[in-house]
Amino acid sequence: MKTNENSRREFITSGLLASLAIAGCAVKSNPFEPDATAAVGVQPTGEKVKLLSVNGEVIEVDKAFLKPVPDLPTITNAAARVGIAGKKFVMVIDLSRCKSLKKCQSACNHAHQLNPGQNWIKVYPMQDAEHTAPYWEPTTCMHCDEPPCVKVCPVDATFKRQDGIVLIDSDRCIGCRFCMAACPYSSRVFNWEENTTVSKETAAQPYSCETSIPQKKGTVSKCDFCPDMVRKGELPHCVSACPNGVFMFGDILEDTVTNGTETFRFSELMRDKAGYRLMEDLGTKPSVYYLPPVNRNFPYENKEETTK
Amino acid sequence: MENSTKQQIIEDLLPQKFGKQGKIWVVGLSLLCILGAVAYVRQLSKGLIVTSMRDYASWGIYISNFVFFVAISLVGSLITAVLRLTNVKWSTPLTRIAEIIAVSAITFASLIIIVDMGRPDRFYNLFIHGRLQSPIVWDVIVITTYFFISILLLYFPLLPDLQIMIGLKSKTSNFLHKLYVFLGSYWKNTPQQIHISEKAISIMAITIIPVAFAIHTVTSWLFATTYRPGWDSTNFGAYFISGAFLVGAGSVLIAMYVFRTHYNLQKYITNDHFDRMGKVVVMLALLYLYFNVNEFLVPAFKMKKPEEEHLRGLFTGEYAGIFWFAITTAMIIPIVILLFKKGRKPLPAFIAGILVVIGSWFKRYLIVTPTLLHPFLPMRDVPESYKHYFPSWEEWSIAIGSLAGALLVITIFARIFPIIPIQETITENEQHEKA
Repeated sequence: MKTNENSRREFITSGLLASLAIAGCAVKSNPFEPDATAAVGVQPTGEKVKLLSVNGEVIEVDKAFLKPVPDLPTITNAAARVGIAGKKFVMVIDLSRCKSLKKCQSACNHAHQLNPGQNWIKVYPMQDAEHTAPYWEPTTCMHCDEPPCVKVCPVDATFKRQDGIVLIDSDRCIGCRFCMAACPYSSRVFNWEENTTVSKETAAQPYSCETSIPQKKGTVSKCDFCPDMVRKGELPHCVSACPNGVFMFGDILEDTVTNGTETFRFSELMRDKAGYRLMEDLGTKPSVYYLPPVNRNFPYENKEETTK
Repeated sequence: MENSTKQQIIEDLLPQKFGKQGKIWVVGLSLLCILGAVAYVRQLSKGLIVTSMRDYASWGIYISNFVFFVAISLVGSLITAVLRLTNVKWSTPLTRIAEIIAVSAITFASLIIIVDMGRPDRFYNLFIHGRLQSPIVWDVIVITTYFFISILLLYFPLLPDLQIMIGLKSKTSNFLHKLYVFLGSYWKNTPQQIHISEKAISIMAITIIPVAFAIHTVTSWLFATTYRPGWDSTNFGAYFISGAFLVGAGSVLIAMYVFRTHYNLQKYITNDHFDRMGKVVVMLALLYLYFNVNEFLVPAFKMKKPEEEHLRGLFTGEYAGIFWFAITTAMIIPIVILLFKKGRKPLPAFIAGILVVIGSWFKRYLIVTPTLLHPFLPMRDVPESYKHYFPSWEEWSIAIGSLAGALLVITIFARIFPIIPIQETITENEQHEKA
């Protein structure tokens, strides 16, 4: 069964590659346009690959003519502001599974090439009251449905998309930091200096709201729910990096969330495990839901002091 | 007889050349401005990393200074508009002092807010991408409006004086004469012109009041529209405006004393002026104290969890020193000094004015910083230096440079133009003699 599915996926992927390569011939500016001089020298290997053409026919192409595509093309800034149609993304964070390994944090920092000391994901040692149990609470951007940061932004540099994601246009941000003052979850991070992590080639690229790369000096950044990964049908970096499956990501309209290995009905998860959101009383309506730290997988261990 | 008094008034009130003290003062202020400019160049090239602001204390003394400047600038509307409309005659010699303080302060408020921006090069985004729902855009609109009304309220009453100055060509340098001619040669003092000017001044004296309330209310909303403990308050607009009137009136006391002693204006800025202005300051300080009681004691009665940390920090914690210093110097001591008739003599009133202004500056610091360092979620996963805030030398230089710049503008204005309205003084004198 498993092998079957794999080959099916391979089939579709290679089909996609080929159709892109073929479609690429028509438009000169296409980044996937096959290099004409290189194609001349290609010797057919004789090994044929079955592909699904754009009109739905199965065609056979020699393997030598397939060109690996590095990545899907980045979408335009205008499209990045609209979001992915028909989706409404949510995250569920299961506090009973977190032992503060911070793999989420390091994966996130690496993927978004954050400066040393910057963290979009923070893992808080929490204890709600003197006699209640301590627990770990990872936070991302809450991607609020009533985002206080978007309300106060004077230039529409931070915006709410139709798929629920709140993003930042680093090319427009004036660095007033009003959004940082407005965010009650302290999820926003400022680029106080030039980013030193990012490579020269990446720094020269135009900024993309969906990858949040490259970070610009004097602007605000924050967790972006990795819309570039989502567009590729993959999970945000924190979700796939967590070995304990703390983070679950999905679409509330499909009522499904997954951490990569397990998939749940979102509504059932909320109902059965009494999910909640942070600071509900503020009326920000976050897109990040928490499952309470009950029946924990790990005992709480903290060498540092806990904070209330 | 009448003509000689007039001559005497003109003689007394003409702008004077800087003496030795004046020169030292101007050079000192210029040096502070230059130091501020050097620090700003460093900030431009390296980024806001040169400041001590970090992700938690994301606003610092630039914003405190901004609030301070906006607050001081409100005095223009208090003296020129509120007192004028209520037919208070004694404030006439103080109108121009108040108005130049207002213009200078609002100019530097706009400059310091640009200094605080991470990307000042994108300032134009406010105009091409501005969104009306952001309090920052409201602030841009009302501050610009206030700036222009204040400039006009400074300029229109200056026109008759400019005519006098143009007439005294022999006593002014060539450059200044040209400036006077450029600014006011069209003014012929015809009844028609006077009528238009008076009408314009009345209209603006009325319009500046709501605009003045708006600039400081909107500035308070930059804080009050957020959820943070210490800012999330419905009291904020009134609290800011009462504080603004207080610091503005305090600064007028200082300016009155300085101009009076340095330009020998004892005849025009009299003990009676200090007495009356002192009473105004007492009233405003009591008003501000009242709003402080509302702002701190009501939440302290409940001690809600998020507020608790913030309030304890102010009352007994790490900010207690500055907090009680600000409350006592800005309000309690000046009230005590100025409540007594002897305290309203020029020198003690001047000292009270200084205390008000210094206390008020620290009060603005306390409005911004402690709240930011008491976020809802504990400070976490940031370098240790992010958890505290003490301004860097660049921040101090820029903040002090901006204050020096504001003083420099006032000083230079007083060097070029008569700081006490000549024509109005003459008119009032004539009316007085007739009566």
